[in-house]
Parts: sequence; C-alpha cells; structure tokens
Amino acid sequence: MAKLRVGVVSPEREIWSGEADMVIAKTVDGEIGIMPGHAPVLGVLVEGGVLRVKRDGEGDLVAAVHGGFLSVADNDVSVLAEAAELGSEVDVAAAKDALQRAQASIEADQEDADARLEAKRAAARLRAAGEEV
Amino acid sequence: MGAQLRLLRRRIKSVKSTAKITRAQELIASSRIVKAQQRMHAAVPYEREITHAVSAVLSNTSSVDHPLTVAKEQPATAGVLIVTSDRGFCGGFNANVLREAEALKAHLAGRGLQVKPFVVGRKGITWHRFRSREMSGEWDGFSDNPSYGHAKEIADALISSFKQDDGIDEIHIVYTEFVSMLTQEVVVKRILPLEVEETEATPETVMPYYEFEPTAGDVLDSLLPRYIESRIFNALLQSAASEHAARRRAMKSATDNANELISVFTRQMNQARQAEITQEISEIVGGANALADAAAGKE
Repeated sequence: MAKLRVGVVSPEREIWSGEADMVIAKTVDGEIGIMPGHAPVLGVLVEGGVLRVKRDGEGDLVAAVHGGFLSVADNDVSVLAEAAELGSEVDVAAAKDALQRAQASIEADQEDADARLEAKRAAARLRAAGEEV
Repeated sequence: MGAQLRLLRRRIKSVKSTAKITRAQELIASSRIVKAQQRMHAAVPYEREITHAVSAVLSNTSSVDHPLTVAKEQPATAGVLIVTSDRGFCGGFNANVLREAEALKAHLAGRGLQVKPFVVGRKGITWHRFRSREMSGEWDGFSDNPSYGHAKEIADALISSFKQDDGIDEIHIVYTEFVSMLTQEVVVKRILPLEVEETEATPETVMPYYEFEPTAGDVLDSLLPRYIESRIFNALLQSAASEHAARRRAMKSATDNANELISVFTRQMNQARQAEITQEISEIVGGANALADAAAGKE
C-alpha cells in the first residue's frame, strides 16, 4: 500500500518527518483522518489539538499542535503548526502546572480569553503525552 | 626621553586591552553566526510549506478578493519596517540599512505617499529619536536572537494598521539579507499588499484541486497573516545572522588594526629605550673622561 509522506513543521524548526499509514488531526470542522490516496485538502487546525500519526510496526506518533494548517496533496501531508510539541518531549509536570494556573485565572475571570487559550494548549500537551485530562 | 618611553608603554597597554576586547567580540560573533545560520535553515521547511499552501489557495480561488491582497486604488500612506540591530560594534551594518530606508522613503514620498516608519532594533530607534522623527511602532531587545513570537507581534501591529481605513496602505520592509559569511545585502521588499513569491508554475506542478475546511475564504483569512508573519520572521533571522557576520568582520579588522598599532608602538618604544641607553652611556663615558682629565691635570 502506498504510504503517506508526513512533515510536521513549526516556524522555528522541523518537528518530525517520515512515512506513515494514517494521519488524524483536528480541524475547525472536526476530526479528519487521512489515508493514502486522500483528495487534496487544506484545512485550518484548531488551537490545542492533538495530532496522531499511525505508523507501521511502530507506536503512534502523537503531538500537541497549536493552530496552523494541514495540507494534503498527492500523498504528501504537511502540518504547519504555529507551535507544536511531540508527546515524548512534553514536560508533564510543567504542563500540569500551566493547566492549573490557567484554570485558576479562568475561575477568577470568566472572560479571560488568554487563560482559556492557555488551558486548551496545556490540555493538548498533556493529552499528547498520554495523560488523562 | 624617559617621559616618551613611559607614554609609549601606556599606549601599548591600552591598545593591547582594546585588542583583547575586540578579539573576544570577534570570537563571540563567529560562534553566534553558526547558531543564527542554523536557525535560518530550521525555518526553511515551514516557509516553503506555507508559501506552497498560499499559492495553492490562490490558484484554486479564481477571484481572490482578500483585503490583504488587494492594492488600494489611491494609497495615501506607506509603512516601512526597518530592521536594525540592538548593539553597535558591527561596522556599517545599521548605517547601510538606514541609508537604504531613507532612499525608499524618498522614493515613496516622490509617489505622493506619507511614510510611517516601524523600527526594529535599538540602533534604528535611537537614530529616529535623535532626529526627532515619529515612529509608528518600535521593538527592541531581540535583534540578535529573534523568536517567532516577536515576528508575530510585529506582524499583528502591521496588519491591524493595514486593515484600518485610515491606516497604512502599503507595507515595505528593509532588512539585511545574509548571502554568505562575507556578503550581506540590504534588501527592500513590499510585503503588503501581498505578492506571493512563487516559483513558476510549469505544467507538471499545476496545483491540484483542493478541498477546503471550512471554506477557501476562511482558510485564506487565517493563512495570509501566518504567511506575513513567516516573511517577517525570515527577515528577522536573516538580519540577525547578518548582524553577527558584520560584527565579526568589523571586530576582526579592529583586532588587526590594534595588532598593527602595537607593533608600531613597540618599535618606537625600543628605539626610544635604545636612544636613552646610548645617551646614558655617553654621559657616563663623558663624565669618566672629565674626571680622568681633572685627575691628570692635578698631578
């Protein structure tokens, strides 16, 4: 079966690239799963989403992806994230701490958009690291 | 004679310590160039992909009518983003950028546009302040190591001013491009209204027909600001690498100069010392002769 060539890039560096069987990402319209032979798509990713890359013989690659785009064409999948982090690279303690702080400031001020964003990001990082949120 | 010797010794000491400083700066700059270059290369994949995505959307939507791509019919004001460094000690780096920016301003003024400067880097800011020129935006503190967050901040300010009705109608950027270790060039580019830098579409590379999630318009809405951010980020990275390269070159010639001065002064000092010794000897000999003459006269 044909493979997908996947690249996950952020403005500061290339996070990961390689071959995969399936990519699952979350766009603003909902979850999207991409397998080889998928029609060309350009989608906007949600803030604080989790990207899952299914590979043959290896465990899934999981990454927290904050904003950005997904573009698929001709079995090439590029994930352009404004910021992204592999699940294995996440500092769980720091992310938990960030989540707690963000939730505390949401409780103090319901309108705090920054804190909501921060909470979403921290939650995505924890999910990517395989933690229950 | 003794005074001159002391003077020369003092100068050699001071030039030597200057040389130590410039040499250290040179070494620091050369190690940072490597890091800056790595960051430049690390940013390439994202830039390539985002340019690809923008051209994909633009080629799929026949009528692109996005506020960021449409030139206003009668532009009245132009914003100029000037990227300079925070620190000096880098030769003509900032002077070149500012000179080019002045030329651009004159050119824009010739087209009847009012020019608003947006300045990055402490050197550029003080240059404008000294001439009491108004700046529409200023950022400093990161010229040698910019992060994407900085680029975003700048892009946000520029885009929001561009979107306002009475804001700026065009945005140009002046920065130094890192060509190689030895050459850096000041370049002027227009970033808004947008012209996507696209490689020529040969028949093989015709864009496939994309589906958009949610819609082409929405994708473009969020894609274009990211594209501009990435252009600005690229300019900041290029400028940072150029700054280090310029500093290394300036510090290298300063060190070379100092070493040359040291050798000239050392030679002069040796000459002076030799002359002093010769004089002392001749004085002693003269004195001894006089004493011998006097003793001979008594007998």
